[in-house]
Amino acid sequence: MNLPVKSEGRNLLDTSGIIGWGVDADPRNDPTYPIRDRANDPGLTKNWVRPPVQQPAVEILQSIEHIRQPAVVGTSTPPSGLSGMMRRLAFRWSESNWIHWLLLLGADRVNVVEGVVDDLAHARIPNIPAEMGIRSELAFNKTGFAKKVAVAGLLSALVAGVLIARRAPAAERPSSGD
Amino acid sequence: MLAMDYRGPYRVRLTEKPMPELLHPRDAIVRVTRSCICGSDLHLYHGLVPDTRVGMTFGHEFCGIVEQLGPEVENLKVGDHVLVPFNIACGQCHFCQQGLYGNCHESNAQATAVGGIYGYSHTAGGYDGGQAEYVRVPYADFGPTLIPDWMDPDDAVLLTDVVPTGYQAAEMGGIQKGDTVVIFGAGPIGLMAARCAWLFGAGRVIMFDLLDYRLEFARTYCPAEVYNFKEVDDVVVFMKKTTDGLGADVAIDCVGGDAKGNFLHTLFGTKLKLEAGSAIPLHWAINSVKKGGIVSIVGVYGPTGNMVPVGNVVNKGLTIRANQASVKRLLPRLIEHVRLGNIDPKGMITHRVPLEDVADAYHIFAAKLDGCIKPVLVPNGA
Ligand SMILES: [Zn+2]
Ligand SMILES: [Zn+2]
Repeated sequence: MNLPVKSEGRNLLDTSGIIGWGVDADPRNDPTYPIRDRANDPGLTKNWVRPPVQQPAVEILQSIEHIRQPAVVGTSTPPSGLSGMMRRLAFRWSESNWIHWLLLLGADRVNVVEGVVDDLAHARIPNIPAEMGIRSELAFNKTGFAKKVAVAGLLSALVAGVLIARRAPAAERPSSGD
Repeated sequence: MLAMDYRGPYRVRLTEKPMPELLHPRDAIVRVTRSCICGSDLHLYHGLVPDTRVGMTFGHEFCGIVEQLGPEVENLKVGDHVLVPFNIACGQCHFCQQGLYGNCHESNAQATAVGGIYGYSHTAGGYDGGQAEYVRVPYADFGPTLIPDWMDPDDAVLLTDVVPTGYQAAEMGGIQKGDTVVIFGAGPIGLMAARCAWLFGAGRVIMFDLLDYRLEFARTYCPAEVYNFKEVDDVVVFMKKTTDGLGADVAIDCVGGDAKGNFLHTLFGTKLKLEAGSAIPLHWAINSVKKGGIVSIVGVYGPTGNMVPVGNVVNKGLTIRANQASVKRLLPRLIEHVRLGNIDPKGMITHRVPLEDVADAYHIFAAKLDGCIKPVLVPNGA
């Protein structure tokens, strides 16, 4: 691996020759102060008391921007199945790369299908209307709900109509071939 | 234990899940007494945030009673009633030492741009959240804060996110006495930002939203001058006209990726998900603030690209400040503001829903039914 190494060199440039070097360094003149407390800034790799590091029992995907595992990690819903493969792949790119996020979003969609399959595999038929909050829709949005049902009904009637209209001549063909 | 269970966009349910366990010496297990659904949970609910996995439990706004403690947590005891900031922060790292608790570097393996957040997808660390009976709380010796005896738990639960985020939105705006502040979004965060703007000395607070019932609420709760952007030809022109042609001193975006109001952004951002959500309020904020003004962003956007008018940021000499609120830094002052009655967090709670009805609570909040401003979930045993 060709990893960059942080330079520890201090005096890259002799600043003593620069007229006025450091005269504006007073934090009181710094418009970003006190957002950054430089006096109290040990740096990530310098000496500070790091928390004990958690040893996760599940697979954790880690951003390649991290130089090491954060001390504490979340263990909810480890990657699995096809979506898990896509997620693992996504973590080959950094957070600044669009492909990283698009792969993850794609994996999320695949994961939804996996969720339904998993439910069925466990003999559970997901009650999708209930999961979408149909009770509250009926209680507080009767007209909106009726409209949606009407639109859905109209659309399916249209689709059915088109299908029937298309099939009709085809159905007649065998008889015309007699 | 029972927990909210994400099944895919617009689909959640309550599921029996294993009890959370102590996984780190600084962990605690907390029995939830209150949790909220947040506007930013809706970005997850709508499938806008990458790496939101099926089976995950949401909920970054919760308070509860300490049930179990890891060996290194010495400042809490079992039975303490605590409010838990939504940021998972170690309190020691490079960023925590600067008070940037929303940017802790030791709590999120999956990304470096954001710290760990309870129940907020794997992009924010992959932690299960508090819309459940029990929750694992990492760095329990740092984040959780005792709820004072005099404080209503309904106020406490809003101190985990809504109040500090609204307050920090106003704080990052650098509001000076007499400033005109324009706030986009009259959801809970916008309401709190407006209320807090007065604490910093604002002279005028203007709010835009799409929903009349939220604007009506804002008119009395904040109180603010309110406008429905649907009834204004052009938000930016309107803002210029009402401020002597200059623009607001400070503009605050409290909406984030779920914004409505522009076909292209809706298509690219929220439908195709190629943008980090619809950046309409950010456009309005940048274009309606005066030259040299400050734009403060607390609305949540996804991590992908955005069509942001950065040229105007340069030409107008704007300062943009944005962050996840560093809750722990702000809590002492905010608890004092609640005690003195300067802010009234629980005044925005419109719905109390048993945890069992989590699917309906999400739908009511997401579809903006029944005048919903802020729903609170209460587990059966709480
Ligand atoms: Zn929130
Ligand atoms: Zn930290």
